Amino acid sequence: MSSAKEVTAPKSNAVRPPSFWRRFGLQVGIWSVGLVMWLIFVALAPGAFAHKNIYLAFASTTPIFALMAIPLTLVIITGEIDLSFPSIMALSACTFSEMAQSGISIWISLFVGLLVGFLCGLINGYLVTKFNLPSLVITIGTQFLFVGIDLAWTNGSGVDLTPSKYNTINRLLVGRSFGGIANQFWWTVVAAIFLWFLLNRTKFGSHVFLTGDNKISAQLMGVNIKRVKIMTFAILGTFAALAGLIGSFEVSYFWPTMGSGLLLSAIASVFLGGTSVYGGTGSITGSFVGAFIIGAINAGIVASGVNAFYTQIFFGLVIIVSVIMQALIGKRIKK
Amino acid sequence: MSSETPIIQLKNVSKTFGEVRSLSDVSLEIYPGEIVGLLGDNGAGKSTLVKTIMGFHEPDQGGEIWFKGERITEWNVAKARSLGIETIYQERALCEQQPIWRNMFMGREMRNKYRMLDVKGMREEASRLMSEHMGFTSTAVHPDNTVQTMSGGEKQGVAITRALYFDAELVILDEPTVGLSLSETKKTLDFIQRIKTSGRSAIFIDHNIFHIYPAVDRMIVLDRGKVAGNYKKSEISMDELIESMYRVARTGNLKESK
Repeated sequence: MSSAKEVTAPKSNAVRPPSFWRRFGLQVGIWSVGLVMWLIFVALAPGAFAHKNIYLAFASTTPIFALMAIPLTLVIITGEIDLSFPSIMALSACTFSEMAQSGISIWISLFVGLLVGFLCGLINGYLVTKFNLPSLVITIGTQFLFVGIDLAWTNGSGVDLTPSKYNTINRLLVGRSFGGIANQFWWTVVAAIFLWFLLNRTKFGSHVFLTGDNKISAQLMGVNIKRVKIMTFAILGTFAALAGLIGSFEVSYFWPTMGSGLLLSAIASVFLGGTSVYGGTGSITGSFVGAFIIGAINAGIVASGVNAFYTQIFFGLVIIVSVIMQALIGKRIKK
Repeated sequence: MSSETPIIQLKNVSKTFGEVRSLSDVSLEIYPGEIVGLLGDNGAGKSTLVKTIMGFHEPDQGGEIWFKGERITEWNVAKARSLGIETIYQERALCEQQPIWRNMFMGREMRNKYRMLDVKGMREEASRLMSEHMGFTSTAVHPDNTVQTMSGGEKQGVAITRALYFDAELVILDEPTVGLSLSETKKTLDFIQRIKTSGRSAIFIDHNIFHIYPAVDRMIVLDRGKVAGNYKKSEISMDELIESMYRVARTGNLKESK
């Protein structure tokens, strides 16, 4: 503690915490978008939305991109972006499937599969920080590279994951528990809790925010921003690998082009959740809720009896309205 | 004084950015309990010198940085800070969208015994420091407030309190009074005096000689990346200093008829 004395005694130390609205405005925003959307669906299709089956369906399909949207939040908070994670997903699942099929122990294959995801993320982070390249461009490159390796390796053909040797891992990753809830939902909850702690209760997490907020300030105060960025990419890579395994086991088949189509769902979840495009602020719970909103739109539209071709219109409107709302709330908070 | 080991010593430190040589063969030392003023015109290399001392810039080949009589080879900001050097940067070095507590402990976060971030502890410390050392009377300031909601003086208060909290042996102040009101400036100058009375060292950079001269023991004049002069306060009056500063700006030499 400092030995220095204050020259003038403060007259009043009355300090007031920022208002609830100021602190949690964005969170309230995303939760209410979810709630309003749910109410609309319930009103349009009370039959479908009063029954638990539709929620069980959300719990099995949404985690495949939610598992990537949640760690993607960290990357975006540091002010970077990753467009290659669907390819990492495919390449990792490919590694696992090919290894396990060739007779290597399932658990070793699992470990190597996750390791490949971690290493792909590491490569992304290394290229971005070492050469100071825009991550938008470099991950477009690695996206082709990773999926290219996957396609060349498999020669375009998938791997059947029904043999009984996969039973244990299948049950672990995508089994059903607690009245039919898909295990991948619980994995997503675990991932969200783990990453929430990492972001909000570790030194690393603090550095993620500081790096994205003002990288020069962070560096002047001794934050190793390159290491922080590399780590966020590597974490995303590892979770993409997990998502790849879950996606494969959910259908008991590895297909080499898996992951395509998930990119925008995951990115939209993050922005829907209130994470800033400019970096510096963001929320894990926001991305979690955002992912389930995106997941619910598809099923909700169909269940409401609306022509499925209208899905994308609804999709677009929800995203645009939410992002505008966040901008307005953000402006109010700054004042 | 010369028998003592300097806290920090630079030997022939140069720094080149591409074609531009910002520092050339700068040698200087700062002794314990000494307040040193660093003077120089715009572009003289003051800020570059500070960032080199802090390990933000790596000096060119051949330059040496010594800390308490030991040559340091792997120098970086985290290391400089852990050894007890804190800087109040001209640009404040704050992260505006983050709460005050996160800014206050930026780079040196408090952790509990499980190596988790001690958010509660940091909030409480930030709150205590704000009222005890910054004398905040404003009701709008709370450790959870983001820095972007604060005034310029309040932001500077955060930067100063941060340097003071870690009980640095050497505090570097890079133009700390820029953009401050009169009373805020007075507070900052008082802060420098407190560094001296508590037996620690400081490097004080300012454009304003009237701020520097009363506060310091010694003055180093920097010109175009070179040390152009090094005076104890007893050796030079304020008028002579101002006179020689003009001469340096005009001719690049401190002494007349050279």
